[in-house]
Amino acid sequence: MSAILQVRDLQVSYYTDLGRATALNRVNLDLQAGEKLGLVGESGSGKSTMALAMMRMIKAPGRIESGSVDIDGVDLMKLTDEEMRLARLSRIAYIPQGAMNSLNPVLRIGAQMMDAIHAHVPDMPKEAMIQRAKDSLESVDLKRNVFDMYPHELSGGMKQRVCIAIGILLKPKVIIADEPTSALDVVTQRQVMETIDRVQKEIGTAVILIGHDMGLMAQFVDKVAVMYAGRLTEVSAVRDMFTSPMHPYAQALIKSLPNLKNKGVFSGIPGLAPSLLRIPSGCAFHPRCTQAMESCKTIVPEVKDHSGRLVACHLYTEGA
Amino acid sequence: MAHLLEFRNVTKTYTRGYFAEAGTTALQDFSMVLDEDSPTIMTVAGESGSGKTTLAMLLLGFIEPSKGQILYRGTNIKNLRGEERMTFRREVQAVFQDPFAVFNPFYTVDHLLTVPIERFKLAKSKADARNKMEEALSSVGLRPEDILGRFPHQLSGGQRQRINVARALLLKPKVLVADEPVSMVDASLRANILESLRGLHRDHGVSIVYITHDLTTAYHVANSIVVLYKGGVMEAGDVETVIQKPEHPYTKLLIDSIPWPDLDRRWGSDGMMVKEADGSDKGAKGCRFMGRCPHAIDACAVGVPPLYRVGPTQVASCVLHSTKPVLPAVQLTDVLPV
Repeated sequence: MSAILQVRDLQVSYYTDLGRATALNRVNLDLQAGEKLGLVGESGSGKSTMALAMMRMIKAPGRIESGSVDIDGVDLMKLTDEEMRLARLSRIAYIPQGAMNSLNPVLRIGAQMMDAIHAHVPDMPKEAMIQRAKDSLESVDLKRNVFDMYPHELSGGMKQRVCIAIGILLKPKVIIADEPTSALDVVTQRQVMETIDRVQKEIGTAVILIGHDMGLMAQFVDKVAVMYAGRLTEVSAVRDMFTSPMHPYAQALIKSLPNLKNKGVFSGIPGLAPSLLRIPSGCAFHPRCTQAMESCKTIVPEVKDHSGRLVACHLYTEGA
Repeated sequence: MAHLLEFRNVTKTYTRGYFAEAGTTALQDFSMVLDEDSPTIMTVAGESGSGKTTLAMLLLGFIEPSKGQILYRGTNIKNLRGEERMTFRREVQAVFQDPFAVFNPFYTVDHLLTVPIERFKLAKSKADARNKMEEALSSVGLRPEDILGRFPHQLSGGQRQRINVARALLLKPKVLVADEPVSMVDASLRANILESLRGLHRDHGVSIVYITHDLTTAYHVANSIVVLYKGGVMEAGDVETVIQKPEHPYTKLLIDSIPWPDLDRRWGSDGMMVKEADGSDKGAKGCRFMGRCPHAIDACAVGVPPLYRVGPTQVASCVLHSTKPVLPAVQLTDVLPV
């Protein structure tokens, strides 16, 4: 089976007064249809930049320097602006952080949903659009009459589900959800995630879930990709990631998770995430790494395949 | 035993206009005691709208209770004047949720530390002030030379939040109200901030009221926990018992909804169904959780269930436990361990 999403050599830089910050450094990623991938990393590791780059929504001073994003054989980077506008929502949908605040407060939910459909399928009859919108609301566990409501009549969790309903209106191949539940409390969070899970199974899209809550990842995704300073450090199946992480950063991340067994034991990751303007030479993690070697300081480790797991670390490179 | 801070049957109702009926009760008949001699870390947990932040605001004296009293060293905080009021302001400190909003971007971060020093006359000279600042920063694990003289935008969220803890520490408070101090900080930095908070409690004898919706961090930090829902206490007790063996359906739902980073503990494996609040006034007179509770029975609608003692250090406000002895609401703190 060929991948539905292929990201190749994607590189994004922000041009600031202090110099060029490379927020995304030659990232490669494959995703199969119906697969759920979690993208984790500290703030500033490039998670959201990755999402925006895939949507071609990077704004100045940022620039996509190179790379391709193939969805179903179409390279999004080669599309014209108008084609890209149509591809958004129909091929690739994005649910941003705090999406519920993106609803227009003076328009009814229905009107906003029909706007979205009309922009992509202008000749669809009105009746069919209403039908489509209401079906979509139903599939995220909302009542059909939400169609006639205003955003202020809904709770935070319901608004977030309206955004998911809009996201799946045109059955995109890939949905990117950027911390979709970070503003919600635990009970609502579970409801929203269960909704995404079910909808994803129904229409068979691939989902990229961005966040730093490893607990959420453990409950939701099939595969976890760990980012550090604009690079992927490890991509592994969720079980492998939680039981035997390979990259030292992933190991530290897993070790810092709270659990019920060792009350009061905190093991944070020592040191600070590097500034993207001054990324350390060699492996960007080496100043904080407990297993750093000489070669880590000078040579950038390449992402290599270790029986299905992708790891960028000299520890696993032969002869290093 | 000296009571440092005491809530006596505090109710806070937010009203709209002059018609009190249209009000929202954010906190209902809440009592608790913080002792000076036995500092503790108490978690107040609940979803948004449960009254957690109202509790913090009341504690800090930002708002006044609609009913009941809040006493500080035996005096109603409403009546504190002059020097007493200054002492209260110094001894009760806060760390807020958003480490980005509390800094003025036009000043270096020193400003946040020098203002309290001047205001409360903590230092005799400039050099003394500088020493005190450096000491406070070091004790939360920051290097003063990295921090002082910098502007807020040059620091990470975790560093800023630790500066807030350092500022609180500078004033040698007795009580620290931490309102979601780590919810906007990266997971890898959370540990550091929570550790600074615990250090404050351990080394400086500060009582901490830790307000959060995150029960995992609560479990690791606190001694005791009070679970609020729509302004009422649902369950309270020592943190280990409540989280490992919750007795109230709401606490069970909360704990079951935590996404544990454990592949063998799936979401909803305890069979708690999530029920949407239907917005009806079900439970308006009785148990507030009735509308969403899978175990709701007719008895729930009759009146607010009292706190039943379900264990030596655990109480739950649920009719399912009506065979157990009742604990009067004013004695809530008696079951909480220190």
